[in-house]
Amino acid sequence: MKFAVIVFPGSNCDVDMFHAIQDELGEEVEYVWHDTESLAEYDGILLPGGFSYGDYLRSGAIARFSNVMKEVVKAAEAGKPILGVCNGFQILLEAGLLPGAMRRNESLSFICKPVELKVETNRTIFTAEYEQGQTITIPVAHGEGNYYCDEQTLAQLKENNQIVFTYQQNPNGSLEDIAGIINEKGNVLGMMPHPERAVDELLGGADGLKLFQSIVKTWREANVVNA
Amino acid sequence: MLLTLEPNPNQIKTEKLYQQMGLSDEEFAMIEDIIGRTPNYTETGLFSVMWSEHCSYKNSKPVLKKFPVTGERVLQGPGEGAGIVDIGDGQAVVFKIESHNHPSAIEPYQGAATGVGGIIRDVFSMGARPIAMLNSLRFGELDSARVRYLFKEVVAGIAGYGNCIGIPTVGGEVQFDPSYDGNPLVNAMCVGLINHEDIKKGQAHGLGNTVMYVGAKTGRDGIHGATFASEELTEQSDEKRPAVQVGDPFMEKLLLEACLELIHSDALVGIQDMGAAGLASSSSEMASKAGMGIEMNLDLVPQRETGMTAYEMMLSESQERMLIVVKKGREQEINDLFSKYDLEAVAIGKVTDDKQFRLIHKGEVVADLPVDALAEDAPVYHKPSKEPAYFAEFQATENEVPQVDDLKDTLLKLLSQPTIASKEWIYEQYDYMVRTNTVVSPGSDAAVTRIRGTRKALAMTTDCNSRYVYLDPETGGKIAVAEAARNIVCSGAEPLAITDNLNFGNPEKPEVFWQIEKAADGISEACRVLETPVIGGNVSLYNETSGTAIYPTPVIGMVGLVTDLDHITTQHFKTSGDLIYLVGETKPEFGGSELQKLLYGKIFGKAPELNIEMEKERQGQVLAAIRAGLIQSAHDLSEGGLAVALSECLFAGEGLGADVNITGDSISALFSETQSRFLLSVKKEHQAEFESLVDASLIGEVNESAALRVLNGTVPVLESLVDELKAAWKGAIPCLLKSRD
Repeated sequence: MKFAVIVFPGSNCDVDMFHAIQDELGEEVEYVWHDTESLAEYDGILLPGGFSYGDYLRSGAIARFSNVMKEVVKAAEAGKPILGVCNGFQILLEAGLLPGAMRRNESLSFICKPVELKVETNRTIFTAEYEQGQTITIPVAHGEGNYYCDEQTLAQLKENNQIVFTYQQNPNGSLEDIAGIINEKGNVLGMMPHPERAVDELLGGADGLKLFQSIVKTWREANVVNA
Repeated sequence: MLLTLEPNPNQIKTEKLYQQMGLSDEEFAMIEDIIGRTPNYTETGLFSVMWSEHCSYKNSKPVLKKFPVTGERVLQGPGEGAGIVDIGDGQAVVFKIESHNHPSAIEPYQGAATGVGGIIRDVFSMGARPIAMLNSLRFGELDSARVRYLFKEVVAGIAGYGNCIGIPTVGGEVQFDPSYDGNPLVNAMCVGLINHEDIKKGQAHGLGNTVMYVGAKTGRDGIHGATFASEELTEQSDEKRPAVQVGDPFMEKLLLEACLELIHSDALVGIQDMGAAGLASSSSEMASKAGMGIEMNLDLVPQRETGMTAYEMMLSESQERMLIVVKKGREQEINDLFSKYDLEAVAIGKVTDDKQFRLIHKGEVVADLPVDALAEDAPVYHKPSKEPAYFAEFQATENEVPQVDDLKDTLLKLLSQPTIASKEWIYEQYDYMVRTNTVVSPGSDAAVTRIRGTRKALAMTTDCNSRYVYLDPETGGKIAVAEAARNIVCSGAEPLAITDNLNFGNPEKPEVFWQIEKAADGISEACRVLETPVIGGNVSLYNETSGTAIYPTPVIGMVGLVTDLDHITTQHFKTSGDLIYLVGETKPEFGGSELQKLLYGKIFGKAPELNIEMEKERQGQVLAAIRAGLIQSAHDLSEGGLAVALSECLFAGEGLGADVNITGDSISALFSETQSRFLLSVKKEHQAEFESLVDASLIGEVNESAALRVLNGTVPVLESLVDELKAAWKGAIPCLLKSRD
């Protein structure tokens, strides 16, 4: 499986994402510059964390107009797996690929620490390798991770099992402890915690690896004959 | 358009306008003598910043000469953007510390943020990839609303810049003392990694080569920042707010990536950050170091304000700018490289061979000076030095053991002192994990960052107990280096080298200059014995508010090499049943201690003694035991002594406790701050092998009691649940920040 890590000006978790895929997952991965015209050759698209365009104006608000985002929308329509982490999640929200919006953390401060997440559903291509209801530890590092949406959207998210991860102890004030959501179709996941930072026991834990393994496994089952 | 009328040379001289720029009468006369005429306004400005303490080290040079600066591993000592130390396999570590004290005192967020930005540029201007940030901070007591504001904003500023640019802030230290009330210290350290062949220097070689300007446009911010940094803070300092620059970490991220791509181009000749004194210092230093001259056309300098004068452009300290020299004729490819990152590279001048520093603005030569006069020929002052009266008085004091009744209560109070308390409130605002190499995150003795693709790692720390330095500058200076090395060793690394940030008061006061000299003596001796040369640093003088100096604070930034990831060790006890050992005997030493400060509200007496040879021997033993795989945890004893160290060792383990035996006077055993001591835990099966390698006393055992129990002989002297200790330690800073007044 071949992954693209999209690099926007100001992305800074691109390297982490790249190494998680290449070194720990052992799959093919390339950096893709924000002005790229086509993502056709990639099977999975990863939008990394960071501060695209300095997060000036609003997190993700400028990056969504990048050339590559048209291609990301196409890839989403084509059903390719798309993962947005942290700033990547914020960009997916701004691009309308996921519902809702981000506010500043309730504390008004940046917060960086490992947090416990509950896997709300393992019936997604991103979480199939986890147990339903499993508690996993993944770090957060953000200043604007306080997820919000209107009541109607929240009802829909719940009804369609689109809430994928919730915080055990909410670090940022997000609505209903939401840490990550998926689109209705089930191929676009946005999450504030950083699974790519939790792929190596040396650095404190590897609970994030199964997320990437889930993507690869479901992709192989669907795309590779005699998988 | 606003027409700016500048004073003519005659007015500058007769009205002594140079004094407002920080030049003395003698210095102005020297300048006239060197150039054979009276300088014009722009030229006077150039001299004033280049000859400021901040750029020329004119007051501190005689002291800095004392430092050992060479060593087998040293590839680059002081004099470039940052020092470089070999770590084998063709790799090297690049690091430097720098202060941004005065800007942070009046505009804490931007002052701290641009301090971070500046030191990062120093490291990547050498061609290195910045991999970690540390800091060293000093504030007054948190019971003042102004101090709380400074503290919160400084932390936010460091976080705002570091998090955005994506370099992890992995460690640091902070102390609180009334001596920093009006003059906080903000020292930032950046550590980078480089392959030997990529090392670049800030030199403008090659007649006719092109000088290019890259990065942000020049504005009027930060004009005379270097001069401002070289004078005392006063009630009027708020008026200097325009001398504080505004940071743009996003711009710097682009500049960083572009420059790291640029270093692989053979068109690049030299590169230097535009830091203090901006375009003036970068261009004159690059030419002077290369033995060349430089000519620049200021009309070509990218400007974000209209009507800027030559004076303003040259003295601006606008952030996120670099000056590069490239081979003639290769400008277009450099431009293409930068435009990939939406940046401009603009040719503004050329390298000449007449050793002159020539500026052209609107068709006129506005400055024409010998370049060495600016960059090299600043006067050097040997300031008078005088031992302050307090020193003899303190030295004559006998060591006395302070009396406390309730040892548990004392420990709880010590753990609640903000200098000792958990710094989680601070480091949780820093992204300490980005780039996914942080093996030991903030909160242990030193931070450890792995080097991807190798079995190696780097340990790094910043240290200085300025109370000891105040009581006895020479011993305190030694202790600062020794403690840094102790922290590095406890992490499983071998100390490599240091960078120092000498934060002192006004050097024109003989008592302050004496502190500088003595501290430098102590640092030098410790560095010689511990074989950790000084590879660069920064001097920040005039740290005074309304005439009162800060405690002398020579901050030591040290980096060590972990030769195998398996050696990485943290301070926390790991498993029930492990044996607890104390390395080093304990004497009743309370001068400058946390307990003394807590009980008396002031410090006095002698600083703890330090035998640097013994320190070295013990560090060697501990490191050998770590490398032999015998050590479960290692922690150095510092502020608050054994009791605080034991508590800290227990704070990470779920349900762990310890039974510990002490002897002699309980107060000394628990709270004395005697130096050169380590607290280690060892698996029982390694007892014999450990004891054959390390001179240490077995003082207790880790258990599952979730309590710390201390016996003196058979008498229980202190017992507390770990949770109770931890609550005091963890809650102290957030609690202090909540108070309203």
